Parts: sequence; structure tokens; C-alpha cells
Amino acid sequence: MVALHPLSVSELTNQIKAALTQPALQSVAVQGEVSNFLHHRSGHMYFSLKDTHSRIKAVMFRGRNQRLSFTPKNGDTLIALGSVGVYEPNGEYQLYVDMLFPQGIGDLHLAFEDLKAKLEAEGLFDPGRKRSLPLLPRRVGVITSPSGAALRDILHVLRRRHPGVNVLLFPALVQGEEAPESLVRALSLAQNTDVDVLIIGRGGGSFEELAAFNDEGLARAIAQSDIPVVSACGHETDFTLADFVADCRAPTPSAAAELVVPLREELLAAVTSMRNRMVSALRRRIESERRYLGQLQHSPVLARPEHMFRQRRQRLDELWTSLGRFQRSALVLRRGKLAAAVGKLESLSPLNTLARGYSVCQNERGEIVRQAKQVSLGELVYLTLQEGSLSCLVEERKP
Amino acid sequence: MSELKFEAALARLEEIVRSLEQGDAELDEGLVLFEEGVKLARFCNEQLDQAEAKIEIMIDQGLIEPFEVKES
Repeated sequence: MVALHPLSVSELTNQIKAALTQPALQSVAVQGEVSNFLHHRSGHMYFSLKDTHSRIKAVMFRGRNQRLSFTPKNGDTLIALGSVGVYEPNGEYQLYVDMLFPQGIGDLHLAFEDLKAKLEAEGLFDPGRKRSLPLLPRRVGVITSPSGAALRDILHVLRRRHPGVNVLLFPALVQGEEAPESLVRALSLAQNTDVDVLIIGRGGGSFEELAAFNDEGLARAIAQSDIPVVSACGHETDFTLADFVADCRAPTPSAAAELVVPLREELLAAVTSMRNRMVSALRRRIESERRYLGQLQHSPVLARPEHMFRQRRQRLDELWTSLGRFQRSALVLRRGKLAAAVGKLESLSPLNTLARGYSVCQNERGEIVRQAKQVSLGELVYLTLQEGSLSCLVEERKP
Repeated sequence: MSELKFEAALARLEEIVRSLEQGDAELDEGLVLFEEGVKLARFCNEQLDQAEAKIEIMIDQGLIEPFEVKES
């Protein structure tokens, strides 16, 4: 039985901690694959490094990881420099990372990815920035080495497709430390010329040989070019920054030449076709106008103008006839009205009354006598009958 | 017309062809368009017929020389 002088957890942890402070663990370089990577809101990075058998927790504090030129991600194999220590609250040992280095992918690649992300974030690769190439450039600018295979390929293709296209070459170094500056200078010289389009490139090469085309300065110069730029870095699969930022990317210099100059025969055919369409359209138009003119000439009015008068005369006759008809019917109407008026008049005439046996009595002054007191005894009155009249002496009067 | 670019000439020619094919212009207007179209087609052909291509090299700002291509 062990003597019972138990340690507190903290005491044990402190002893472990002390055991781990041996110099060999205070400055370690360890290689492993990143997993469970977390870039915490606090700015610290938490992750694990592992190999096939083991895993160690790691932390890289903000102050350290701000100097990283790349962002680690799960699956990356990295070399970490740092020290081993204990995180007391959890009873865990972990690696405190001072610096991280990529392993497996070279520094150049890392720098490339970083720069690419940066330029992309700035919008330099936006499709909206890309300009279209002229249909038929009058002068093509080529930025490349005057002695390279790229130039030969470009000139060969240009000549084959369109023998009349002028070329202005801007010589530049395409490899080596001075290449980026040389390319940028050529690009800037080209801005003041009358070239309609620029091809910038070189023949194929390894990633390292194409480094000049991954230069930030060159990428920015291409983006700022007033002249549309076609990149041709001679690599089918890998894209350079120049490719991303150019208005158009060709996989090889030959392909760039094909993009820049259309086949002369195709353009000639297009022009000829349009000319023919124009001629036949005009011919159709003239024929149609002629047909229309013919129709007009054969129209009754022009062909037999007397028809026009005949028609009008006929109309006049019709009008005349209907006018007569109207007049007649008006007369009949009036006659009917007259007869009615006469009938009415007759019904009001006193003659009819007399015919029914009544008579009209008038005094000597011709006044109609309606009351007995209008006449005196011994006066003469006159009676008008239906036929004839009577003079009567008044012998008696009743009121 | 010499300042006119090939592309612009071709585009205008296309426009004229369409307009004539639609027949929406007056006849005399159409004839004027036709005349312009013939000129444009001739211009385009001339542009395409340029036989002698110049290949030059810019030695320095404003200094341009003919460039001899070394055939490999």
C-alpha cells in the first residue's frame, strides 16, 4: 500500500508541467497533418497535428499567426515550430506553435495562392471587367521574347489565318528575376501605340519558369491596360495570375493568335454573303414595287377612266329617282291631310244642322236671335232653313 | 471611311442588310442604304485584302524597326 500522502490535482499537474519543461520539449519542430482547424473569433488558431498513429493538440495565438503568409486548412501537412506545455484546466498537454511552414507545397505556390485570393477579392478577375477582343485587329501587339518559340508560333498562326495583319513586337524578358519588370515596361510602352489587342506570353514552362506571370505588379499592369490583353503562358492546366486577370486566356501562344485573328476566308465569306443578301433584298423590293405598279396600272380607274363617270352618272340617276319617289309620297301625304281637314270643316258647318231640321233666326239687323227678349212684338224676324228662308211676324213672346 | 474600323463597318453592313431585308424603308431610302452597303462591303474586302503584313519591333519608346523573323 502506498503511503497516503495524496497530492492535489493541481500539485500533480504542476509536477507533470515541470517534467515537460525539459529543453528538448521547449524548442521542437514537428511535422503533421492539420485537422480540426478552428480560427477562433479571438484570433487564436486551434487545431491538431496528426500522423497515422498519433495526434497532438496545438494552439497558435493571434500574435503569432498574424505573421503567417497563408491560412492553414485541414489536410495540409505543415511543420510547426514551438514548445510543448500543459493546459492545466483540462489536464491536457499541447503544442504552443510559434511558426508554421508549409510542407509538400512549395513557398511559391503558397505565395501564389495568397496573392490570387487577394487580387480576386479586389475584383481584378471579375468577368464584368473583361473586354471583348476586336473582330479584326489592324495591328496586333505581342509582348514576349523576340527569340522564343512563342513568337514564332504566334507569327505563324497569324499569317496562316490572315496574311494582312500587322504585328508590333514588344520585346521582354519572360523568365528570371528581371522578367516581371521587363514585361510591365513592355505593357506600358504598348499603351501609347495603335495596336488593337495585345498578346502577352511565353512558351510552356514549369511553375517556377512561369513565375514572372504570377507577379503582382504584372497582374495589376494587365488589369490597367487600355488595350485588351490575351494571356498565353503556354500551360494547358495551370493558370497564372496573368491568365486570371487578362481579358482572355489562351492555353498556348498559337491558341492566342487564333483567338486574336479570325480566319480571313470566314470574314470574306461573311462580307460576300451580306453583299448578296443586300442585292437580293433590293431586287425583291424592286420586283415587288414593279408588281404593285402593274396592279395600279391595271386598276379600273386607270385602265378605263370612263368607268368612273359612268358610275357617277348612275348614282346621279339613282338619286334623281329616289328624289321623285320622295316628292310623290309627300304629295299623297298632303292630299290625305287636306281631305281630313275638309271633313272636319264640314262637320262644323251650320248647313248640316239645318239639314237635321233646325233653323237660324235673325233679326232685321242680321243678329242671331238666341233669346225671345231680343225681339219685340210686331217685329220681323228671318228664319233660315235648309232650303230657303222665311220672314215671320212676331205675334207672341214667352220669356 | 478609312478611319472606320473593320468591325464597325461589318456591323453597319449587317444593319443595312437587315433593314433592306425587312423592307421597312422607302424605296429611295433603300437605294441610299444599298449604296452605302456596297461601299461598306468594298471597304471590308479591302481591309481583308491587305496583302503585305508588316512585322515590326519596338526597340524603345517611339523607335520601331522592321523585325526579321528567324525561321528555325
